[in-house]
Amino acid sequence: MSAHRRLQGGHIDRCKRLTFHFDGRRLFGHPGDTLASALLASGIRVVGRSFKYHRPRGIMTAGPDEPSALVELRVGSRTEPNTKMTEVELYEGLQARSQNRWPSLKFDLMAVSGLFGNMISCGFYYKTFMWPASFWERFYEPLIRHAAGLGRATCLPDPDHYEAVHAHCDVLIVGSGPAGLAAARVAGEAGARVILCERDFLPGGGLLLDPAQEIWRKEMITALERIPDVQILLRTNVFGYYDHNLLGGVEQVSDHVPEPRPHAVRQRYRTFRARHVVLATGASERLIAFRGNDRPGVMMAGAALTYVHRFGIAPGKRAVVFTNNDSAYATAFALAAAGLDGVVLADVRRESRLAAKLRAHDVDVRLGVEVNGFGTDAVTLEAQSGGRNTVRADLLCVSGGWNPNVDLASQSGAKLTWDAALATFIPGAPAQAERSVGAAHGISGIGEAARDGLAAGLVAAKISGFGGGCLDFPLPALDGSCASIEPLWEVKTSGKAFVDLQHDVTANDIRQAHREGFSHIEHAKRYTTHSMATDQGKLGGLLGAAILAEARGETLEKVGLPTFRPYTKPAAIGALAGGATGKRFQPVRRTALHAWHLHNGAVMKPTGPWLRPFYYSAAAETGWAAVLREARGVRQSVGICDVSTLGKIDLQGPDAATFLDRLYINSLSPVAVGKCRYGLMLREDGIAFDDGTISRLDRDHFLVTTTTANAEAVLEHMEFYAQTVWPELDVSLCSVTDQWAQIAVAGPRSGMTLANAVEGLDLSNAAFGFMSVGEGRVAAIPVRVFRISFSGELAYEIAVPSRHALTVWQTILTAGQEFGIVPYGLEAMDLMRIEKGHVAGSELNGQTTAADLGMDRMMKSTGDFIGRVLSARPALADPSRPRLVGIRPIESGMPLRCGAHLMSKLGSGTSLGWITSVTQSIVLGHWIGLAMLENGVAMNGNTVYAVSHLHDETIEVVVSSPNHVDPENVRGRS
Amino acid sequence: MLLIHCPYCGARAQDEFHYRGDANVERPAPHAGQKAFYDFVYARDNPRGWHVEWWHHYAGCRRWVKIERNTVTHEIRTVKGPTQDTR
Ligand SMILES: [Zn+2]
Repeated sequence: MSAHRRLQGGHIDRCKRLTFHFDGRRLFGHPGDTLASALLASGIRVVGRSFKYHRPRGIMTAGPDEPSALVELRVGSRTEPNTKMTEVELYEGLQARSQNRWPSLKFDLMAVSGLFGNMISCGFYYKTFMWPASFWERFYEPLIRHAAGLGRATCLPDPDHYEAVHAHCDVLIVGSGPAGLAAARVAGEAGARVILCERDFLPGGGLLLDPAQEIWRKEMITALERIPDVQILLRTNVFGYYDHNLLGGVEQVSDHVPEPRPHAVRQRYRTFRARHVVLATGASERLIAFRGNDRPGVMMAGAALTYVHRFGIAPGKRAVVFTNNDSAYATAFALAAAGLDGVVLADVRRESRLAAKLRAHDVDVRLGVEVNGFGTDAVTLEAQSGGRNTVRADLLCVSGGWNPNVDLASQSGAKLTWDAALATFIPGAPAQAERSVGAAHGISGIGEAARDGLAAGLVAAKISGFGGGCLDFPLPALDGSCASIEPLWEVKTSGKAFVDLQHDVTANDIRQAHREGFSHIEHAKRYTTHSMATDQGKLGGLLGAAILAEARGETLEKVGLPTFRPYTKPAAIGALAGGATGKRFQPVRRTALHAWHLHNGAVMKPTGPWLRPFYYSAAAETGWAAVLREARGVRQSVGICDVSTLGKIDLQGPDAATFLDRLYINSLSPVAVGKCRYGLMLREDGIAFDDGTISRLDRDHFLVTTTTANAEAVLEHMEFYAQTVWPELDVSLCSVTDQWAQIAVAGPRSGMTLANAVEGLDLSNAAFGFMSVGEGRVAAIPVRVFRISFSGELAYEIAVPSRHALTVWQTILTAGQEFGIVPYGLEAMDLMRIEKGHVAGSELNGQTTAADLGMDRMMKSTGDFIGRVLSARPALADPSRPRLVGIRPIESGMPLRCGAHLMSKLGSGTSLGWITSVTQSIVLGHWIGLAMLENGVAMNGNTVYAVSHLHDETIEVVVSSPNHVDPENVRGRS
Repeated sequence: MLLIHCPYCGARAQDEFHYRGDANVERPAPHAGQKAFYDFVYARDNPRGWHVEWWHHYAGCRRWVKIERNTVTHEIRTVKGPTQDTR
């Protein structure tokens, strides 16, 4: 069982044993293991089935480039599908299940049937399941989902917490290999604020694979930990490079423990704004396409080296190493040194400077030889000079060369350039303040990479203003190696040769895409789904491009690669949301009277970010009862309502009146000090924008209210015109929405109520008529009193500094007690404004003009105002446009429906308008509504049909004036 | 996300700002006619490259600033106050 864990050394703590479960089997590993290394150490070879063909698959890599070894990790609400075993840090009690096998990993019916092998060719989504559309839901989709696919996500809520951290630094370094460490140290010692991110749980990158470098690695990390302004973030993958040197990453805080500690986060979403970025992201080894290159036992040569040196595992018993470059010689050497018998190295090149050295270590080096197939424990070798033979092997290590990890550089805007010597793309000239270093820049050799990183670190520190960096630490010796590669993308034989293992895309699929016209790299990618899986095509992306290039008869340089986009590897949605979930999704705004409302039975309703009382529920009240009671209380006596959420803007300055004249359609400069006026403003395109009251507090001092919904938009609009369009006007403006609470007191006995409460202000009709504003005191607190009315009743609004709102509110309640004062909410307010025919958001809906709302007579005839010119456009001035009207059902007792269409004939296909607002009228005793109706004024008194297709309802309604109650406004004025 | 150097507040993240649009268009004189206002409201160039735009520092100084931004690279060349000349 544990025969594979027979080596010494590596970064494994053999003193501690960890127990874990894979497909129900109890297995063991050690701290320092990944799930992949622990499974390999346990001799587990097949770890999953493939996406489309259900072929058995094994572990191919040791990192995020893994295409095959995906598992469902953990159980219950923490289940995480499609997790790469190579990235899972082993912990005690870990549970994982293989994916995409039915009924079991060893015996998969889908693979046996072969049905899907022929059915699912490339582009199959587009071709096979086209018609009829109704089959999709019932037949095709369940079929495909059952046959193809990856792991299953949990439907339970995520029990974990996440948070977001935003950091600024001088130098951000991505990757902690030799280049990253050297860059971090030199920049840190120069005094720059450095953040070093490493996706792995151990820092060191390629240094972890070379025991000879262990002393230097440890020294460097110890030195970095001593520099106060250097922060090392392990388990932190930088997934995206955005504008102005902003990078995003996810730190896996608690993924290496069974579950997060109490109050600890699982993951931390991080953004970094850096003056300079050093990309030390290393390189990924690429596959070669040949028959059987996906079989269990195929492993990337660099991964095999990792398993030997970092994890102390021999990943097989007999090995063949297949390469077209020098790097895999280290793997063959390590495997031989690890005691594997008869290691064969098949090098496609006819010459190799390393061959003699390796032969001296008992490796059978064969030059000019290709692997043209891998079957059950047998590798078929074919010499270019002719002749073929079969070598027994359970491990086939492959190296097709190395691709610098250019994802982040490419995302930053840097163009990629073709490097013929390496047969790959490397980052070109930077578009932002960044530099790729080491293997990410196409440089091989640890000493070489460290020097490249050092140089970049010096530059980065200098650009950030820290010029004094000096080198006082040793660097690893130069390797002296040079790129020696003979490009080899595919060994052509019959049978399936894969270029994308996770999506089961073969070399033939790429050629088929080209034959069918999908010859652009971006088209071929989407048609075949090549490199669209969670591994982002790290193993075979360039392979697919090379095969496409060959089919097109063009160079790989010309064909290029598809665009690199975030994320470099999958990120949990929970991490991206951070803490902003549930009730923390957005801030809630509460008025100063919020607590009172809650204590007095208010049912609160969100309106934008605000919470407002919808109605106050008394015992045993159901349905509309509370709303009708509240409205009746206002109409018959007096009510009190919290209207603090109205936008309030304070305007001051000698030109404030002129400014307001230009903002609103009506004239405001004639308003006398101590008076208010209703105002309507348009957008520049002539459509109604917002309404409110304008109160003149002093000659050069106005207070303007806006609707709750438009408070911010109106302020921004005013600021734009004041600052940029009419900067010559001397006016200052400021939002005072939060500073002032506002309390409406409405009803025939509101005057008497306030007479009991307000001091220092004569509220008599003669002294303080309709649309007056003045200052007084309530409970010795200075207040502003406005005589304005939304309900149509005699009404006042009291503005009070927010911190005194409760005192004033309670004083008025006490003053109104003898009149049975009733607190009322949004719904009663809405009921009364519909009775009165006042417009609100349903009518001011971004489609209506002043004329549509019956307010064209308010427009001043001379002088400029916003929207004046374009509101006169023929289509907007057309008198037959839908205009605001009132409606009521012919048969009283019938309810009206908001959104119902108005039609002149039953069954007519032509809508003449629509119902905008409906309510039960307490004054009239039946339902009433407001509507927009073509030729609305002329239709007064006519009968039309209100048709709600949604409810399958049609009723007859009579058209009236929108002012259902008190059209002469006697109540408000008396 | 852009980093915008507000002339009043210093370097701030883009999410403190609201975007409005082309700062080259000027509101016509009140009697310039419908065509002029139509162009002011609707007609816009869609340049590839440098472009002067209105942004509102709503979560900062509440000034409208004129930003010269490259629509291809997102580089920002100048940030000016509402009545300052861009060039
Ligand atoms: Zn600012």
